[in-house]
Amino acid sequence: MLGTIIQQVFNALTIGSIYALIALGYTMVYGVLRMINFAHGEMFMLGAYAAFVILTLLIGDIGNAGVVILALVFFAAVIVVGLIGVGVERLAYKPLRHSNRLAPMLSSLGVSLSLVTAVQIVAGPQPIGFPSFFPSTRFDVLGGTVTSVQIGILIAALVLMVALYTLVNRSRAGIIVRAVSESRPTAQLLGINVNLAISLVFFAGPVLGAAGGILYASYYGIMSPTMGAVIGLKAFTAAILGGIGSIPGAMLGAFILAFVEVAGTALLPALTGGLLGTEYRDVLAFAILILVLLVRPAGILGEPVSEESMVYKREF
Amino acid sequence: MVLGPNGAGKTTLLNSISGVARPTSGTILFDGNDITGARPEQVVRMGLAHCPEGRQIFQRLTVEENLVAAHVGRAGKSFEALRSDVFDLFPILKERRNGMASRMSGGQQQMLAIGRALMAEPRLLMLDEPSLGLAPKIVQQIFHIVLDLSKSGISILLVEQNVQLALECGDYAYLLNNGTVRLHGPAQELAEHAAISEHFLGGASETLLHG
Repeated sequence: MLGTIIQQVFNALTIGSIYALIALGYTMVYGVLRMINFAHGEMFMLGAYAAFVILTLLIGDIGNAGVVILALVFFAAVIVVGLIGVGVERLAYKPLRHSNRLAPMLSSLGVSLSLVTAVQIVAGPQPIGFPSFFPSTRFDVLGGTVTSVQIGILIAALVLMVALYTLVNRSRAGIIVRAVSESRPTAQLLGINVNLAISLVFFAGPVLGAAGGILYASYYGIMSPTMGAVIGLKAFTAAILGGIGSIPGAMLGAFILAFVEVAGTALLPALTGGLLGTEYRDVLAFAILILVLLVRPAGILGEPVSEESMVYKREF
Repeated sequence: MVLGPNGAGKTTLLNSISGVARPTSGTILFDGNDITGARPEQVVRMGLAHCPEGRQIFQRLTVEENLVAAHVGRAGKSFEALRSDVFDLFPILKERRNGMASRMSGGQQQMLAIGRALMAEPRLLMLDEPSLGLAPKIVQQIFHIVLDLSKSGISILLVEQNVQLALECGDYAYLLNNGTVRLHGPAQELAEHAAISEHFLGGASETLLHG
């Protein structure tokens, strides 16, 4: 029993850290632009494809890549996707910044479809096997099986999240991003380079999302052009659950969502006498999304938006 | 100094100068240069800082981070030098430099707002209602510092509803109502002007509104 619990906890932590990496991108973009970037799930997918392409180009035989090469490929791939993220913002969202708030969101839906289709045309619509970025060994932890891939994902995700946290809270770039998130008009008035802050966010978000994609593809050993769709929505759910706009909220929401999913999947068949099976995993996640939106739209750590604060911040 | 009742267009005037609002007609000259329609960041770079109504400090940043935010990417004096100037002016900010801006009182937030505007090394500082919602004692304190700033060579454009206090401190005043200048002149002369005293210091306002 203890072994099963430990194993499930590790499953939840693994998938939770991947959700967290993606959710951070949703929440940061919402922070600076108050928009939902529906193309963000595709950054996750592009991460896996970019890593695969670079790996294949660098060394034909994927099986024999050393640790250093793999790390380099990882960083090269996430940076490429980060640059794609910046480019997407410049091309598809920036021209719409001063129009209706819905316009950039609709544009992001279009970007999402275009990216999926582009990858389908170039790489084919069928799933492709993905090499693991981590050596595959199994450990026995108090009766439960934990794989080295899981440990690797946890460590990589943790390092990236600590790096982001430090960047946002300790660096000058982080200060201007937070300033722009709080009030774009005030930031502009002070002469803060708002475009730079927005580009930074559209770089950092896709970098983390792409990292999530590489880790996810390593975990399951497979990638496909549509892999970002459902995971993207789940991470979006996590961001809403934690409070969209809040960075700690996105991480918290991701882990809560992962634990609920894993626990639900394990317990649902037993609790309902086999009526509801493990296939209800996704339903569970989106039931949470609907519940949060109904009961507490601001999420766990989000600030409730009061009428007063809206009026106060809108104009000088 | 720009005075006038609620809705007279004082804030709109400042917003037009600093580039937040686009003027529909007319030209704005600063130092002889046409800055009509310039973007806010360009205006700031020219040495014109706008300290907005309602202070608008970044509540979720610390005091020091508010100052950093206003200095990132700016040429000129170093951050440390400007910060120490601001801390000399407002010692309370130094004391609370690592505290969240949202935890400070209204007066302290106003000081931070002025300090933050000073990070741009302005030649002209535009202050929009710095006395808003503050206790008289704090207002006195802030006005003293503003006077010191103007003596140190920074031109001040002050928008105020507290007319009596403003006329005591300023040199030259414009009275705005319904978007047009109704009166202007040296502060002392305006202070003695009947319309001003009637309108702002109690009494009927009819003459002014139509005159």
